[in-house]
Amino acid sequence: MATSKQKTDLENLANIKDINNSKAPDAGSWRLKGGLAQMLRGGVIMDVVNAEEAKIAEGSGAVAVMALERVPADIRKDGGVARMSDPKMIKDIIKSVSIPVMAKCRIGHLAEAQILQELGVDYADESEVLTPADNNFHINKWDFEMPFVCGATDLGEALRRIGEGSAMIRTKGEAGTGDVVQAVYHARTVFSQLKKVVSMSNEELMTEAKNLGAPYELLIEIKRLGRLPVVNFAAGGIATPADAALMMQIGVDGVFVGSGIFKSGDSKKRAKAIVEATTHYDNPDILAKVSEDIGEPMVGINISSLPSQERLENRGV
Amino acid sequence: MKIGVLALQGDFYEHLSCFKKLNVDTFEVRSKSDIESINGLVIPGGESTTISKLLKSTKLDALITDKSSKGMPIWGTCAGLIMISKNITEGDPKPLGLLDITTSRNYYGRQIDSFIENIQFNSDEKFFEAVFIRAPAIIKLGRNVKTIARSSDNTPVAVRQNNILGTSFHPELTSDLRIHKYFIEMVDIIN
Repeated sequence: MATSKQKTDLENLANIKDINNSKAPDAGSWRLKGGLAQMLRGGVIMDVVNAEEAKIAEGSGAVAVMALERVPADIRKDGGVARMSDPKMIKDIIKSVSIPVMAKCRIGHLAEAQILQELGVDYADESEVLTPADNNFHINKWDFEMPFVCGATDLGEALRRIGEGSAMIRTKGEAGTGDVVQAVYHARTVFSQLKKVVSMSNEELMTEAKNLGAPYELLIEIKRLGRLPVVNFAAGGIATPADAALMMQIGVDGVFVGSGIFKSGDSKKRAKAIVEATTHYDNPDILAKVSEDIGEPMVGINISSLPSQERLENRGV
Repeated sequence: MKIGVLALQGDFYEHLSCFKKLNVDTFEVRSKSDIESINGLVIPGGESTTISKLLKSTKLDALITDKSSKGMPIWGTCAGLIMISKNITEGDPKPLGLLDITTSRNYYGRQIDSFIENIQFNSDEKFFEAVFIRAPAIIKLGRNVKTIARSSDNTPVAVRQNNILGTSFHPELTSDLRIHKYFIEMVDIIN
C-alpha cells in the first residue's frame, strides 16, 4: 500500500541533490540526517580528546561530543598539519559514551570521511579547523549515509555546503581563541541575509542567488520556510556561559564548545554551567547563578591581534 | 486548551510547529511555573541524558511526576519515551516512571542504523511514516499498557496507559499530524 508521501521541509531539499549521482540518497535518508541535528537543538556539543573527557562531557549534559586529537587552541599553538584523529581514539570514545559521537575530517578529504563512516561516527564535521586537503572543492556529502555538519561565515557559504549535502550548519567563529567576536559577526551576518531573502519578491531571488553564490532552489526554500532549512549551531570562541546565552539570543539552535571547556580551570563546572546557560539563555537570573564561581576561563587570544592568514575561518569558503 | 512542550533540549520546535498547524495554543516549558498554565505536556525527542539532568536542576522532574499522578496527559517521543518509562535497561539516566514499560536506549544502534518504516497507528487504514533516529525500543509492557502501534518486527512503538502516551519514533518530523491530533483528543477528554 502506498504511503501518504507528504513532503516535509527537509524532504524538498533532497530534490537538489546531484541527479547524475546514482549513489545519491533518497529523501528518507536526508530526513534521518537532518533529523539527528534536530534532536540536538538547544544543546551543547563539546570537543573531547579522549574517553575520559568524553565521559565528563556526557556527565555534564552535552548532547554530543566531537572527537579530535587536539583541541583548536593546541592546533593553533603546535602548528603543523592537523588531520583526522586516530581511529583507535575515536573507537574508544564511541565505546565510552551513549550520546552521539562526531568527528572531524579535513575539507575535501573524502577518504577520511569514508573512514569515519566505517567507524560508526554519528556526524562528520568537514572542518576548517583541520588543515584543508583540497583548496577548491568540498566533499560531495550526498555520497554518504553518515550526516555532515559544515562551517559557514555567511549565507552563501552555508547554502553551498547544504547544496553539497550538509545536513547541519555551524556558523564559524575563530576556533581556539576564546574570543566570541567572530562567532557573533558571522551569526549576525547569516541572520540578516536570511531576513533579506525572506522579504524578497520571487523576481529578486535568482539575482540574489547569483550574488550569494548559492543554489537558487535553496533560496526558494528559505523564502517558503522563513529560516535556514537545516539546524544551525554557533561554533568557535565560545568560552563562558554568557557567550553561549549570547549566541542563543542571536538565534542559533545550539552551540559547539571547543577549547573553552577543557582548557579552562574547572572543566566539569564550566561544562555544566554552559549546558544550563544554553537552555535558559533568556533567563538572566539563572545565567547569573550558573556563571558564578566556575573557575578560570581559557586564557584566549584577542582576534584583532591575529593576522588574517592565521585565521581558520578563511579556509574553504 | 494549551499544550506545553518541554523546551529544555531536543526537537521541541518541531512539536510546537505541529500543534500550531492544528491551531492549538502552545507553551515552551522551561521552569516549574510554566507547568501551571498548561493542560497537557509533551516531552520531545533529544538526548535523554541531557534532558534528565536539566529536569533535575529545574526540579521539573518531581513536578511532572506529581502532575502525572493527578491525571495530566503526558506524551513522550523517543528520548521523551525514555524519560517517562518505569525502567530502562541501562539504568542511566533515571527515568520518571510514569508509564509501566521497560525501555532500552539506542536499541537499534548508531545513527547509520536509523530508519523509516510504515506502521499502522491505532488501526487506521492509512499507514503512518514512522521516523526512528537512534531510537529506543520498548522491550517489556506492564499489564495496563495498551499497544497502539507495532513495527514490522512486532515491537510496540506506540503505547498508552491512561493519561500517558509514548512513541519510540518521531511523529513531529513528518507532516502527518494524526498522532498530534490523537494527543489533543486525549487532553480534551481528560480535561
